Amino acid sequence: MIKFLLKGLVRDKSRSWIPTLVVAVGVMLSVFLHAYITGFMNETIEMNAQFFNGHVKVVTRAYADEISQIPNDLALLETDILVNQLKVQFPDVQWFERIHFGGLVDAPDSLGETKTQGPAMGMAVDLLSPTKNEVQRLNLYKSLVRGNLPQKPDDILISDFFAQKLRVNPGDTITFIGSTMNNAMAYHNFVISGTLSFGAMALDRGAMIADIEAVRFALDMENAAGEIVGFLPAGFYSSKVAHAMQSDFNKVADETDVFSPVMLTFEDQGDMATFVNLAHYMGAIITGIFMLAMSLVLWNAGLLGGLRRYGEIGIRLAMGEEKVHVFSTMIYESLMIGIAGSILGTSLGLFFAWLLQTYGLDISATMKGASIMMPTVIRARITTADYFIGFIPGVVSTLIGTALAGIGIFKRQTARLFKELET
Amino acid sequence: MTNNPIITTEKLIKKFPMGKGEFLALKGIDLEFNEGEFAGLIGPSGSGKTTLLNIIGSLDTPSEGEAMVLGQPVSQLTARQAAQLRKEKLGFIFQSYNLLAVHTVFENVEFPLLLLKYTPSQRQKMVMDALEWVGLTDKVNSKPPALSGGECQRVAIARAMVKKPMVVLADEPTANLDAANSHNILKTMEMLNKELKTTFLFATHDEKVISYLHRKIFLIDGKIDRDELIK
Repeated sequence: MIKFLLKGLVRDKSRSWIPTLVVAVGVMLSVFLHAYITGFMNETIEMNAQFFNGHVKVVTRAYADEISQIPNDLALLETDILVNQLKVQFPDVQWFERIHFGGLVDAPDSLGETKTQGPAMGMAVDLLSPTKNEVQRLNLYKSLVRGNLPQKPDDILISDFFAQKLRVNPGDTITFIGSTMNNAMAYHNFVISGTLSFGAMALDRGAMIADIEAVRFALDMENAAGEIVGFLPAGFYSSKVAHAMQSDFNKVADETDVFSPVMLTFEDQGDMATFVNLAHYMGAIITGIFMLAMSLVLWNAGLLGGLRRYGEIGIRLAMGEEKVHVFSTMIYESLMIGIAGSILGTSLGLFFAWLLQTYGLDISATMKGASIMMPTVIRARITTADYFIGFIPGVVSTLIGTALAGIGIFKRQTARLFKELET
Repeated sequence: MTNNPIITTEKLIKKFPMGKGEFLALKGIDLEFNEGEFAGLIGPSGSGKTTLLNIIGSLDTPSEGEAMVLGQPVSQLTARQAAQLRKEKLGFIFQSYNLLAVHTVFENVEFPLLLLKYTPSQRQKMVMDALEWVGLTDKVNSKPPALSGGECQRVAIARAMVKKPMVVLADEPTANLDAANSHNILKTMEMLNKELKTTFLFATHDEKVISYLHRKIFLIDGKIDRDELIK
């Protein structure tokens, strides 16, 4: 009997291959979409982490309270010791000192008079060390539009948009006017070594990147830094790991000393907790909605498949096959189709997600003028969930569709089925 | 034919809901069929012949009265018992053949035997015997779409007869066939009736079928108009 039913299943393409393909396509889209959304949301988190927040960040307690103001007067001191302590306590994490600073940039003409001026937001990072870790982390090679990366301490990179606004070019000197960490006025001349395009207006409007030692000198911040950012060894943010590190580090912090260092996680900064939650739930919500839609399609396919077989079912009942047996064979068939389609669809979905994860999709052309920090290369990210998430619409929906169709047939009087069979 | 009633109906009434009221399809049918009969329920559309055939075939139940089929009261059978009765003792032949298109002739005829759990070697012999009765041994591996209408109906007869049922119920079996094929089919069924002593009960209004019947029961508006036994 099983052989007989299997033969029918394999030979009847509209009962086996086509439903399997429909299931496979639905599952493939579900898996791919889940991996894509996970990837996109995580890329956005990572981009913000790389430029601003780190996966974790060590600052003074007072700095943490005013973090949106970038209060360099509350910066960490003797950071070399602190970095070494962090490297001992968390050896797998990469630690970098950074200073965020703001001020006015003055571009002189050939006579030394002010040609143009503009407000600028700067970030001081280690640009000159041989490892070039920060250069790679900030993707500066790819972001370079004109000129070169800094070779000397006073070399600076500014955004290409900002350079055009100031009418300056690589090789020109600009003067930064700001305040030192002691709140005295600071002047410092930098030479523009190159211009950058980050692809996000938030950065391109007035960003500059300088070597941390030059900025320390300019802002009178010797052996100091606004913040020490840490990046987890996995390469992406993990709330669990970050919070474990935070508890470990902060348990020895002196709560009475406003200058004692404290660790903040990515989520502790600005609205990032909301974004991390959004990333977490958004993926689930969008994928859930899509899977619901796919479930309806597959349910419908299962329903149609069942209804299309009225004739065959009528005959089988007339021959004396019991309704329960007919119903159970329909369920087994849909289970086989659901599993086969889900395996095929998951494989295809993972393959396309892998392509997008490995090669990425460059959307920088469409991101010009974007005012939020978003990745310009979309990458999927395959997670464990992607290996089984497709089975929900693939197997369950097909099964429910068939079961509902089967119940309709099951409840119908045999004679009525027969009448429909004859018409 | 023996004087051994295998089917009896007593004051059989069948009502169908129609709008707010009811439609009376059978209005108190009293009938008796003996083993080996070649009988037909004859009447125009709506006369109740198919309804009566469905009740005898345990595909439907009477609203009132009783139908005893091979000693079993149809109105009291559970779904499982009705299926068992159909599986073991009854054969069906339909107007539109209703063969399983993706299965071969052999597999179509074999299907009732699979339900009865015969061994493969038993099935092989029984299917080939049935195909020999209807003259289709050369078509065992063909599939229904490759057969003519007459051949399809002969496969359907083989499928109904393969388990050697006590009763075969045939609802308008020649409706889709031309005259030559109709006579061919009817001769086959007549031959099987004689050789295997199977009771054949037709529902028809086809003159060709009527001409072969040994007993003609005329139904009009759910009632027996006349019951003629042809000597």
